[in-house]
Amino acid sequence: MDFATLLQVLDSTIRLATPLLLACLAGLYSERAGIFDIGLEGKMLAAAFFSAAIASITGDVWMGLGAGILASMALSVLHGLASITFRGNQLISGVAINFLAAGLTVLIAQDWFSQGGRTPSLIGEGRFGPITLPGAEAAAGIPIIGPIYAELISGHSILVYVAFLMVPLTWWLMFRTRFGLRLRAVGEAPEAVDTAGVSVIGLRYVAVGICGILCGIAGAYLATALQAGFVKDMTAGRGFIALAALIFAKWRPWYALYACLLFGLLQAIALRYQNIDLGAFIVPVQFMDALPYILTVVILAGFVGKAIPPRAGGEPYVKER
Amino acid sequence: MTTAVAPETDIVPTTVAPAIELKGISKAFGPVQANKNISISVKPGTIHGIIGENGAGKSTLMSILYGFYKADRGEIFIHGKKTDIPDSQAAIRAGIGMVFQHFKLVPNFTVLENVILGAEDGPLLRSSLNKARGVLKQLAAEYELHVDPDAIVENLSVGHQQRVEILKALYRQADILILDEPTGVLTPAEADHLFRILDNLRSEGKTIILITHKLREIMKSTDTVSVMRRGEMTATVKTSETSPERLAEMMVGRKVLLHVEKQPASPKDPVLEIENLRLVDDKGVERLKGISLNVRAGEILGIAGVAGNGQSELLEVLGGYADATGTVRVNGQSIDLTGKHSDGQSRRARGIAHVPEDRHREGLIMPFTAWENTIFGYHRDPKIQSGPLMNNAAIKAEAAAKMERFDVRPPNPKLAARNFSGGNQQKIVLAREIERNPDILLVGQPTRGVDIGAIEFIHQQIVRLRDEGKAILLVSVELDEIFSLSDRIAVMFDGQIMGERLPSETNEKELGLLMAGITDTANAAMPASPMAMTETELQEAAEAEPTSDAEAVPSATEAETAAESPDQEQAAAEEVPPPEPSPAGEDEPVEEFSTAPVSAPDGIPSIDTGSIASLSASIPMSAPSAPPPPTKTEDPEEGDKNG
Repeated sequence: MDFATLLQVLDSTIRLATPLLLACLAGLYSERAGIFDIGLEGKMLAAAFFSAAIASITGDVWMGLGAGILASMALSVLHGLASITFRGNQLISGVAINFLAAGLTVLIAQDWFSQGGRTPSLIGEGRFGPITLPGAEAAAGIPIIGPIYAELISGHSILVYVAFLMVPLTWWLMFRTRFGLRLRAVGEAPEAVDTAGVSVIGLRYVAVGICGILCGIAGAYLATALQAGFVKDMTAGRGFIALAALIFAKWRPWYALYACLLFGLLQAIALRYQNIDLGAFIVPVQFMDALPYILTVVILAGFVGKAIPPRAGGEPYVKER
Repeated sequence: MTTAVAPETDIVPTTVAPAIELKGISKAFGPVQANKNISISVKPGTIHGIIGENGAGKSTLMSILYGFYKADRGEIFIHGKKTDIPDSQAAIRAGIGMVFQHFKLVPNFTVLENVILGAEDGPLLRSSLNKARGVLKQLAAEYELHVDPDAIVENLSVGHQQRVEILKALYRQADILILDEPTGVLTPAEADHLFRILDNLRSEGKTIILITHKLREIMKSTDTVSVMRRGEMTATVKTSETSPERLAEMMVGRKVLLHVEKQPASPKDPVLEIENLRLVDDKGVERLKGISLNVRAGEILGIAGVAGNGQSELLEVLGGYADATGTVRVNGQSIDLTGKHSDGQSRRARGIAHVPEDRHREGLIMPFTAWENTIFGYHRDPKIQSGPLMNNAAIKAEAAAKMERFDVRPPNPKLAARNFSGGNQQKIVLAREIERNPDILLVGQPTRGVDIGAIEFIHQQIVRLRDEGKAILLVSVELDEIFSLSDRIAVMFDGQIMGERLPSETNEKELGLLMAGITDTANAAMPASPMAMTETELQEAAEAEPTSDAEAVPSATEAETAAESPDQEQAAAEEVPPPEPSPAGEDEPVEEFSTAPVSAPDGIPSIDTGSIASLSASIPMSAPSAPPPPTKTEDPEEGDKNG
């Protein structure tokens, strides 16, 4: 593998890791606050559709992004109502959101655009284009570092940079601020937060809201940056891979970055090397496509070690004496 | 710190507003009246005890004070000012701090993080953490509240976790501290330390409300005490003017035998013989290091020790759910210890019945009904089978009869186990095990989280079984219980038997030393120096000790919570309304504190020795035959009173 190919694979790793990272961080906020969220997939899907639809109708990708975030937030609020206010089962609520999103997006897409459940292809201002970082052109000539800067670091859409900047920001919020302390506490021991005179319900809604925003960005990125438009089930299990990455990362922001990059790399390799000719036989494309998912299972089963989820996760908070 | 009420002001009691005054507090949950027209008044700078059985409404009252519940009627005055407490935030603002029985700490946070949670100074943590570090250092020096501020809370012993709770309250500038059953989870040494801390707090002018059902603690540490029964405050008296017997009587509404009536044992042949029993746990730690014991028919062998010194493992091996090496013989025949052919059921077939230490996890299946719970372990008994099916009608009838005989209240076999109070749950377990007529009964912590009326009953049942000629192995961390029940006492420390004593020939002090791992020879030979070590030794033993009974806490809480409703409904239905004229009437009922001068902090009302003696009437420690204490220095039991 030459250097250029390596760069290409890594470049596509970054692009493929971005939606995973956003969704993973979204899950991190929610689960750190004690609300398990397997509805990441559904929220991303809804956001992907609405961002593509609105971007295609208005021709403005920023409107699309806003619509995506709103759609995802709406589902988050639904999840919050079910699992925080009405103390329902968080898994069931998440599953319901996934089904709801999978069905509704295609239905509405067909109703609005009549293109077999997809949105029209986005062009021009309807998509997030690549951003060339300052000096990228000039630096391209420098060996090794030049191409890394020009091709690997520069030239992504703005949402990629947002996603990567969210990592240190999340870490800082979680571990250096009052908000983070309380958020982590509410996922571990909500009764401690409650007796300290802080609202458990309020904190959990904020966490679920942040989760909605990040899932919205993730979905919008899929439909308006990574690809040009919405197609049926385009999230393709990314919400679940993000959850796997979250467990792999043991609910920590920096580890979440590494986990998502790993899963992104697997997807990039599968994408690039469709058929691998090993001489004796050819590894079929289906196997390569399935590889990220197989490795997800293997990694989760074998390498995670003891991942201790937030202790109060999944449990609705009932005030007791 | 808020301006603490200066201790001197106690000299002129009429001018001091009570730290807390409740007027006519009532609270009902549906048809159950948890609190009925409760009024109390607590003077600043005192320790006020609230005592009552499980389900008497103590916790409800304190929850009202801490803003968890809103009272239906009544008023709260804090330092003379009418105060509304709609939520915990308001309670904190009013200067009330609460130490719950079931700690409200974030287990994987550091001490500092726990302390500042909810009381941060600004959106960023750094300055709050630095400030808290300073404050903690100061509080530690002031009140003996030493905790490593950077330790992760879940790695701390239960005693230290409790200190964190107290620190949390003090950091929020609480000057009224409420402690709910604070010693339920503490070792004796930890409890002593806690009471020293409370004394320190009192002398700084803090007001302390101590909720407990342990008479001994009330007598030892409080200035005044209120008794609650069936949701009502039946009396408030000065501690120095009452006795444990009278308090018990007011709690239960009838005379209670605080000591167990029993004839001298007439033991026969050994039924249970244990030789060189060893157990290594999955972490490779040797939990039992060559235990040899025997229990004879017709005697109660009590195993004393600080929790976590191998007593639980001993019971587990004998009960058939842990493997060990060594020899155990029942009626002369050895039983298999490898676990291949043994389990709880085969042990029961050999005549070993077992009342496990943790009834919530090992004794009962909480969501199952009482009648289902009465057959676990005996469910293959042919008598309750009809063909391949179980004869549920027969089981239910038998369960109802058993519940009747064991005075389980309410006597309804269809109620889920979790809906009974702790004492009644324990009676269900006891009924199941005793009624099968075993040769040997293993009993672990028979009265943990059990109210006083039930304790009396359970003790009677154990003694009755002994008198029928059964062998009983009793494990308890309550030294009182060991003393009042046992015919012989073995002390365990670090997986070993430190020694055996006859209750009439030993005392609490000697056992305390053995429990701390200090052998008798040292004690006998050189009386002074080991005594000086006692306190530290006990302390270390207690603090190094794994917090194994932490698990028991939530269950005890649950029990009390669960107990509240069925018990009280029951009470409302059948019980005579509490203002009973006879017993409570004699005890100078509710006192007006504004006129009754209560002690200044250094003039702790000397608890009259008579009441202590009568409390320990159950404990033969002051029996004339007991050897006089070797030295007067630093008795861990009485140190803080004398000092």
